[in-house]
Amino acid sequence: MGTSAQPTPHDPVPEIDFEEVQATAEFQHLRRKHRSFVFPVAIAFLLWYFLYVLLADYAHDFMSTKVFGSINVGLLLGLGQFVTTFAITTWYVSYANRKLDPDASAIRRRLEEPSLSQEGA
Amino acid sequence: MGAYMSLPAAVPAALATQMKDTTWINILIFSAFVAITLVVVFRASRNNKTAADYYAAGRSFSGGQNGTAIAGDYLSAASFLGITGAIAVNGYDGFLYSIGFLVAWLVALLLVAELLRNTGKFTMADVLSFRLKQRPVRIAAATTTLMVCFFYLLAQMAGAGGLVSLLLGLDSKDTLGQAVVITVVGGLMILYVLIGGMKGTTWVQIIKAALLIVGAAAMTIIVLAMHGFNLSTLLDAAVAKAGDGGAALLNPGKQYGATGTSKLDFISLALALVLGTAALPHVLMRFYTVPTAKEARKSVVWAIWLIGVFYLFTLVLGYGAGALIGAKEILAAPGGVNAAAPLLAFVIGGPVLLGFISAVAFATILAVVAGLTITAAASFAHDIYANVIAKDKSNPQMEVKVARRTVVVIGVVAIGGGILANGQNVAFLVALAFAVAASANLPTILYSLFWKRFTTQGALWSMYGGLAVAIILIAFSPVVSGSPKAMIPGASFAWFPLANPGLVSIPVAFFLGWLGTMLDKSTEDPAKQAEMEVRSLTGVGAEKATNH
Repeated sequence: MGTSAQPTPHDPVPEIDFEEVQATAEFQHLRRKHRSFVFPVAIAFLLWYFLYVLLADYAHDFMSTKVFGSINVGLLLGLGQFVTTFAITTWYVSYANRKLDPDASAIRRRLEEPSLSQEGA
Repeated sequence: MGAYMSLPAAVPAALATQMKDTTWINILIFSAFVAITLVVVFRASRNNKTAADYYAAGRSFSGGQNGTAIAGDYLSAASFLGITGAIAVNGYDGFLYSIGFLVAWLVALLLVAELLRNTGKFTMADVLSFRLKQRPVRIAAATTTLMVCFFYLLAQMAGAGGLVSLLLGLDSKDTLGQAVVITVVGGLMILYVLIGGMKGTTWVQIIKAALLIVGAAAMTIIVLAMHGFNLSTLLDAAVAKAGDGGAALLNPGKQYGATGTSKLDFISLALALVLGTAALPHVLMRFYTVPTAKEARKSVVWAIWLIGVFYLFTLVLGYGAGALIGAKEILAAPGGVNAAAPLLAFVIGGPVLLGFISAVAFATILAVVAGLTITAAASFAHDIYANVIAKDKSNPQMEVKVARRTVVVIGVVAIGGGILANGQNVAFLVALAFAVAASANLPTILYSLFWKRFTTQGALWSMYGGLAVAIILIAFSPVVSGSPKAMIPGASFAWFPLANPGLVSIPVAFFLGWLGTMLDKSTEDPAKQAEMEVRSLTGVGAEKATNH
């Protein structure tokens, strides 16, 4: 079955030299775009979350400051965690749809249907 | 969550007595839930043919369905009843606690979900052993999976007795009645998972999540309407009801701020929550039930919105219970803090809303234990049996047969463990499950996805080291001995001051993964690393959905 031109669903990648693919500029570009987004954003939200935790843990007076009505700084910062979580989620999805998915599927299509890449090359 | 088990000696408050008169409504609504879900599970099971059907629901769920199921799997009774009660009694600190459970999902979204979907088949161990030495890494990953599932399952089952007794109006000292309840919960769980596999489990979780979120939304709207849709007015009402010192409800520190140790303890808990969620095996396994990485991403997005909105509801419900019932009456009711949400439902919506919310709470326990059981069974059958014990002799049919037998064994052990642990203070087990996931699983998941040099020795040191440190520290912590609220209150062998080991065990596990790799003389196959990296980012060769 390895020689059939049409790959079966259970054996879609018979003989791919992954090291070669990994070394291509196209893949390296995708890898860089992925990491340059997810690493900084992950570090940023973790720092922001632990800043909030430390304030709630050790800065009781600051967090208890009333802003309007009975709503205090602590409640607003807590709700701020919800806002940033929703915002980062939306931001990542839009980034992945625009910048990551097209490149990823181009590479995937080329690897799973080698005939296309030969026509392209 | 803290008083999950500590049912106070029966001092039924007035409200609790009134609630008892209408428990037949609770039982009726709950029976309807069981009947409907059983029909759905039977129908869903008709297409269960292959291993991919049984473990991964044929990878046929959409991102929206799976995201809803994730919310159903993740929002346990501790989340709904525990957090509502914690806010009602301890105010701001209950809200603070809930936030960790939400923010944690960004780790899953950004770093784990899609890459895992692209490189694995059924279990977490598939990913961890992808480019390392199969046998040792698979055994280690299956060990940590089974440990996390066991801790979580035991906490749920032990809690189920007291919780359901509260909802059915059983006496809190009626241990025989509670044992019957635990057996019924375990029996239903075995039935769902045995028949329905992942597909049935997923539908139970979807139905439960929908009921939970609709129920919580309805209560939130009623509570807000009673306070002029003004959060500040609601907060004032909670403060007024609490009487002297009520203003403390709005400020941090009531629960975690007592001493330097309790403050440090919360940091440890926050670390375990935020890093543990994306490494919980039953959460990870859900990502295999969708056809592509893109649907896995959509699942997390749905889960984040549903879970986030739900915790916003609990903020209103918690202060609502504080305002309309008050901490004193909540703590005096059977079930303690867990009684806040049912009491609130009774006060604002009468016996019918109470029945609905009670049935939802019961459904919550069922959906969570079913998800844990199928994860543990899949890990044993796929990782231990098929890849270690039987090796080449195994075939998918046999593997599923082993998984089904494992479900029965786990169910029986969970019922027995739940009955034995009933009445003991084992609430710490949930936090321990998160700490073990964050220590034993997350470092290896991240290193094997993102660090080229990572080796088998690093993985083994990190997984076994993280697991051992977490369990040893908890064994010598105040939750097991040396305090009146401990599991073994009579003994005193605690020397570790914190109730959650995460602050120490997580950094240690990351360090051991690095050290084990640096000291490893052998290196891993670079071709395998290349394959994993290319597949994780592009989805080449990822498992496809099965067609029926």
